[in-house]
Amino acid sequence: MGIFEYAPAPESRDIANLKDHYRPFIGGEFVDGSGEPLKTVNPATEEILAEVGTASVSDVDTAVRAARAAYETVWSRMPGSERAKYLFRIARLIQERSRELAVLESLDNGKPIKESRDSDIPTAAAHFFYHAGWADKLAYAGYGPNPKPLGVAGQVIPWNFPLLMLAWKIAPALATGNTVVLKPAETTPLTALVFAEICQQAELPPGVVNILPGAGDIGAAVVEHGDIDKIAFTGSTEVGKLIQRTVAGTRKKLTLELGGKAANVVFDDAPLDQAVEGIVNGIFFNQGHVCCAGSRLLVQESVAEEVLEKLRYRVSTLRMGDPLDKNTDIGAINSAEQLAKIRGLVESGDAEGAQRWTSPCPVPDRGFFFAPTVFSDVHQSMRIAREEIFGPVLSVLTFRTPDEAVAKANNTPYGLSAGIWTEKGSRILWMANKLRAGVVWANTFNRFDPAAPFGGYQESGFGREGGRTGLEAYLDV
Amino acid sequence: MSDRISVAKTYKLYIGGVFPRSESGRVYPVTDPQGKFLANAAHASRKDVRDAVVAARKAFPGWSGATAYNRGQVLYRVAEMLEGRREQFVSEVAASEGLAPSRAESLVDAAIDRWVWYAGWTDKIASVLGAANPVAGPYFSFTVPEPTGVVGVLAPQESSLLGLVSVLAPVLAGGSTAVVVSSAERPLPAITLSEVLATSDLPGGVANVLTGRAAELGPWLASHGDVNALDPTGATPEDRITLAREAAGTVKRVLTVPDAEPDWTPTPDLSRLRRYLEAKTVWHPLGV
Repeated sequence: MGIFEYAPAPESRDIANLKDHYRPFIGGEFVDGSGEPLKTVNPATEEILAEVGTASVSDVDTAVRAARAAYETVWSRMPGSERAKYLFRIARLIQERSRELAVLESLDNGKPIKESRDSDIPTAAAHFFYHAGWADKLAYAGYGPNPKPLGVAGQVIPWNFPLLMLAWKIAPALATGNTVVLKPAETTPLTALVFAEICQQAELPPGVVNILPGAGDIGAAVVEHGDIDKIAFTGSTEVGKLIQRTVAGTRKKLTLELGGKAANVVFDDAPLDQAVEGIVNGIFFNQGHVCCAGSRLLVQESVAEEVLEKLRYRVSTLRMGDPLDKNTDIGAINSAEQLAKIRGLVESGDAEGAQRWTSPCPVPDRGFFFAPTVFSDVHQSMRIAREEIFGPVLSVLTFRTPDEAVAKANNTPYGLSAGIWTEKGSRILWMANKLRAGVVWANTFNRFDPAAPFGGYQESGFGREGGRTGLEAYLDV
Repeated sequence: MSDRISVAKTYKLYIGGVFPRSESGRVYPVTDPQGKFLANAAHASRKDVRDAVVAARKAFPGWSGATAYNRGQVLYRVAEMLEGRREQFVSEVAASEGLAPSRAESLVDAAIDRWVWYAGWTDKIASVLGAANPVAGPYFSFTVPEPTGVVGVLAPQESSLLGLVSVLAPVLAGGSTAVVVSSAERPLPAITLSEVLATSDLPGGVANVLTGRAAELGPWLASHGDVNALDPTGATPEDRITLAREAAGTVKRVLTVPDAEPDWTPTPDLSRLRRYLEAKTVWHPLGV
């Protein structure tokens, strides 16, 4: 280590315009929720950032009624060309307030500022921009001449990409003519409430978007509410199954974007330095808090030692620390609870006989941090090869033949994403065809775009977000 | 009355390309709506469901990996075989559903035409539902629909052939494989359809047909870890709720179906085909 030394380059936290109090957004107004207020914490320092009013079950009902009224009286009657202009306004307002949103996101979530600034916020704006254009072109989307919205959509999103997941949910819902009640994650409510301000600035009709901070019980109340037509959930497979069970037998349309245990497959002819960059991006992007993270590395046996050596060196250069520092590669784990879960799974890796290697990078003495970790000698039966860790922990397995790589890659109940590294074009296409996953990255990893449908096979959920395919989730077709 | 005694058919199950009896040894009498005995049908059991799922899973790589052109030809061949057995289907549908021959004829004709309609989709659906994605970066990104896997189908209880074809053909056209539980009271056309499938170059195991009770067999399909999707059409509205809850345990795709069995005669839209397809998005960088 130490070819280059870095001076701290922190982004100013003042840019976040952090307030002491945030409140739920219902019917176009910020209101006092009747739930118990929560305190949201900066995971990098464990300091309280703000107090956030939460919704109660009766607030959920109020919000659904506001969304229903907005749907019936305004939003479903508005020409698509007019809806589009609101979405374009929102896209622009996100772009204009992108620095503020990026800093706030990094404070609340713990992710490095370079990721919130260069990835989360611009992609969130892009989702609104993309879907805005669809609002008056739905007749061309391939769902018949006049596809209808569903009504009121209830949406529950996770803490790993707070504003981006909000955009993935709200942009297509609004473009297709639905109104929404959205519950952000308990630990990351702040950017969603700034988004509510953006809705006001865009003069979005009241009730079209309602944001209800709260814990799992409020998510459950949204899912169970009798006057909601559509449920969209991104989160764990465990909760997804509960939601599918709850919604079973109702007329609610359901889409689920759940967990994953993606295989990232490296063949011996791959450009190894490039592959190592892709492996690092695949598992350490966003501290590994990514449902499509490349958490199972499958390396061809003949290059396994070489890849591991290069990988350990590269990982040892990753800088972990202050999320607001522009040089930080790895930020904070989002919560103490998640940190405990990661630790538990890592201990199971030790106990089951895998070889643990941990980056020697300095670990801050405050906040929730977990140093990048690579397990080798991992077998398919181990928990660290089967369960989603959702942290900066990579499990390395080996294979000899392409068929073995496919068999191992597909040996999971999940099916969200996969990676392929090889110079051979025919092998890329063959592998892409055989891998049972909704997104396949070849010689790249973790690419997202509103024009590219994203979603899983099997227990990674159903329905897609993005592209023409993604519109189906919010249309009565 | 002819002097000759006709040769009666034994109606069995269709699993993995062969026609076994139920491993349970059970049969049940099938009658026409007036109560006249038609035949004994095999009464499929949980074990038969599991055997059929194994057969369907085994057949999946071959069927989903076949070219769309090949699948289209095989399915078109099914329509040819259906046409050849038209008179047999007319008499079975008339007897099973208690219809006048002319009405049965029009339903059989519609079923054959429905099969042809789906056969023609195999090599078009990817261009209609797929896309080259105009992503904002130096990447080629494309999306293709792929078959979802093994589909459990509880066939309609009333429409013994047209309804059955309308729920089975979209599964096969998309490249998935099927385990079908036929109408309980009107199972005979389903077994005759199986004979058509068996002589149409459809690989064994791609379609498996069980005669029996949806209420008994549906839960095993709904909870089976190797079944990817479930069409609960043939279940009662109450049972569909239980089945959908069971199916949540493995995040199955469960079709939303109308409470009452629909009129199957209008030409369908793409919705059933879409339900059994997964969008796969592939990315690759551009560069020199």
